[in-house]
Amino acid sequence: MNNPVLSRRHLLAAVGGVLVAGSSRLTVPAQAEGLAPTRTMRGGANNYRPGAPTVERIGGGGFTMTGRVRRAGDGKLLPGQRIQMWAHTTEGHERDAHSHGATLTDANGEFMMDMPQIVPAFGQAHGHLAYDSGEFKTVFLRPVMASSRDTSLHVEFVLEPA
Amino acid sequence: MIEPSAEKGSRIRALSVWFVLVAVSLAATFAAALSPLLQWRDLIYQLASFSGILALILLVVQPLLATNILPIPERFNARRVHRFLGLVLLGLVLVHVAALWVTSPPDVVDALLLVSPTPFSLWGVIAMWALIGAAAVVALRRLLTLRFSIWQKMHLGLTAIAVAGTIAHVLLIEGVMEQISKIALCVVAALAFFAGFRSRRKRI
Repeated sequence: MNNPVLSRRHLLAAVGGVLVAGSSRLTVPAQAEGLAPTRTMRGGANNYRPGAPTVERIGGGGFTMTGRVRRAGDGKLLPGQRIQMWAHTTEGHERDAHSHGATLTDANGEFMMDMPQIVPAFGQAHGHLAYDSGEFKTVFLRPVMASSRDTSLHVEFVLEPA
Repeated sequence: MIEPSAEKGSRIRALSVWFVLVAVSLAATFAAALSPLLQWRDLIYQLASFSGILALILLVVQPLLATNILPIPERFNARRVHRFLGLVLLGLVLVHVAALWVTSPPDVVDALLLVSPTPFSLWGVIAMWALIGAAAVVALRRLLTLRFSIWQKMHLGLTAIAVAGTIAHVLLIEGVMEQISKIALCVVAALAFFAGFRSRRKRI
């Protein structure tokens, strides 16, 4: 029996329509939503010290904190952005001023900080990072290391205009 | 009249309970004392770590003491010792929290407000309140004028939450405790609670 509602032709047309609609969404240039901004993590701002000095490296170094800073929406790499970081390391507690330091992103929106080895504190080996310069909304991150033996940690900031 | 063989059997059992308790407690404490993490912690943070470990050990002792599974010399009143150690346990937990607060106030405030990013903090706070509740039930026993069976259910229910919460808290933490002795102490804590619960009618 030929079902007028669900004939093969109707079905093909419907599937085709869905595919066209779906693929066309993917080709819309510069979507308004685009790259979602990074949200502040719980506890990210703990032991934050505003205005940590920009330094070549924190303490004796040995652990590498790397990251990339992009703009929400279009994902444009953001050079010259000040990122602050601190952690409980082999050289001090989170609350100690000498455990804090800041650096700027390079032309590719990337930053790298040589800092002392992060060691587990309060149950997890974790770091703290902040963007707080005001041009974009303030973001506090609290990334957890996959293993406390890791000697590097990478983070991504996606900032939205303030 | 107790048969000599039965008496011998109970003495062997008592000695083995004491042996396991002391062995596991010492192993866990010494293993923690060797932790490399200690060299990067100041004295107050070390105090926080070890007050937590001692509290966990007392959590093993308490149910065994309350049911005479862990017999003590007769000149001591077991119930009074159980009550005294309960207070010590509460004190150790308060020292643990206070010393952690000195080490990192915002992390402890987050934990107490139940908004910490780490689930083990939540378990720790649940265990702490359950322990405070269990102690409060003891302190208010006369005031509450409850039937003994109801009162005992409340005390055991709250301590069950304290033990379970503490075990979850301890196992999820990467801290100064060594992994194997930590798991052993947690298993012993769970077993001690179950043994105490099964012998709850043989209370001291």
